[in-house]
Amino acid sequence: MDTDVAAITVIFTEFYYWITVALMFLIHIGFCMYEVGASRRKNHMHTLMKNSMLIPLVTVTWFFFGWWIYWAFPGGPGITGGLGHPIPDVATSYLPWNEGMGPRLDDRISGVFWAAFLLFSWTAASIVSGAVIERIRSFAFWLFAILIGSVTWSIDAAWGWHYSGWMVELLGYHDAYASGVIHAIAGGTALGILVVLGPRLGKFAADGTPRDIVPHNPWLVCIGLFLIYTGFWGFYVACNVPLATVGFIDGQITGVTQTATTIYMTPTTLGAITVNFLMSLSGGMLAGYTVSRGNAFWTYSGGLAGIIAASAGNDIYHPIQALIIGGIGTVFMYKLHFWVERRFKVDDAVGAVAVHGYAGFFGVVIAGFVLWGNPSSPYEGFAEITPWGQFAGAMIMFWGLGFIPAWIIAKFLAGANLLRIPREIELLGLDFGSNQEAEAARQDVIAAEKQPA
Amino acid sequence: MSTTPIDTWAVDLADITLIYPGVGTEVYMAVVAIVLWLAWHVWQVKHENAIYEEEKRKYGTPEHIDKAISGD
Repeated sequence: MDTDVAAITVIFTEFYYWITVALMFLIHIGFCMYEVGASRRKNHMHTLMKNSMLIPLVTVTWFFFGWWIYWAFPGGPGITGGLGHPIPDVATSYLPWNEGMGPRLDDRISGVFWAAFLLFSWTAASIVSGAVIERIRSFAFWLFAILIGSVTWSIDAAWGWHYSGWMVELLGYHDAYASGVIHAIAGGTALGILVVLGPRLGKFAADGTPRDIVPHNPWLVCIGLFLIYTGFWGFYVACNVPLATVGFIDGQITGVTQTATTIYMTPTTLGAITVNFLMSLSGGMLAGYTVSRGNAFWTYSGGLAGIIAASAGNDIYHPIQALIIGGIGTVFMYKLHFWVERRFKVDDAVGAVAVHGYAGFFGVVIAGFVLWGNPSSPYEGFAEITPWGQFAGAMIMFWGLGFIPAWIIAKFLAGANLLRIPREIELLGLDFGSNQEAEAARQDVIAAEKQPA
Repeated sequence: MSTTPIDTWAVDLADITLIYPGVGTEVYMAVVAIVLWLAWHVWQVKHENAIYEEEKRKYGTPEHIDKAISGD
């Protein structure tokens, strides 16, 4: 920071990421409201705690190994480079015992960048949380939260959401605002758990017909989704590098024009992503309202699915493309949700697999067609964007790093009787014991107050 | 004498890197933190299992379950 321009660039970048962190906090508040609203009254405090406690657990594990994985795995390792490719010293400096993890005056960006990525981790884990409410053990869920928040999403980001990721280099994988690297993997993870965990008691009739387990507070669910939209602004801008200066990107962008870039260092603008965010949200809400015949939950979920469906290419889509992709992605996820529910008896309590997983998968694949032939990176030798590269990427995200690891761990936990709560507790409700204690305490106070002075 | 590498701020800040206390003890701090994290999970799973067992014992009767189901 030896010139005024350099200082302003660094401080602006530091402040920029800091703001994204504060905004993304709202995503988590939204998820908590949404999940608690969707649960039945007998489970709501437990539901809140299950989601809230992923915050410290994913945070500490992100410090211990998640951040290091992101910087250590872009080359595979062993696909396009070794551990730490392309700059092993950077990965090493982010081991939890190395000096890169502490405050230092010669690096003002790593801390806020670490935190912005961490908030993505919370989001990924929180997506899974909603799907499995009212019957998963907290212990098991928190292991899954760490799995996706600090391991699998970190690997997928290194592979497909890093300027030197092997998927970008070899497949031309493009996923600017994380349709696949956050949403598809989270949906796949949730589905992997759900098929082992099983439905909530009473969800399906004897003939397999699904019953509607009504949220105890639909209004809270919708406002929670509204808050997720709000926090999503932080998520979007955190996916950008705000100011690539002259000489940045190893001189790959020539001339004197400075620009915002995606995580791949490909140019975009805040204006572009702002318009596309709103248009894809609108496409999703319109489609959600139409396909669900005005159902509030699916209209709000449609807005989220619309954004997610268009996110892979929202850095350069035309706004009308974003609108249409958002709309089609929403219809796709809605139809698939009910088909999977009926066909496979999967009880996804909040539609998380659909809104995030199916819409995210769709978004990655559709970007391959709409952006076909576009350069995935400013670096020479990187593959261009193609439908097959995007399809392979979507498969890796949803199935390879999402469904399969979660399914394996869920099977292991189920075998150890550590996955699902006991049947009696599920029937009583997870809050039953604490509610009884609270009522006893209340009666005790009333009795004391009634005693003569 | 300082717990940090800094004895004075009256220097060119371009020469300063680390500013936290305990430079050189990062490995020990990391080991302690990781052990505490793992121990927390061990404690938590035992606590959660104990709670379920106690609630099943206290409230797992058909009457309580019936009341809970109808009350929701």
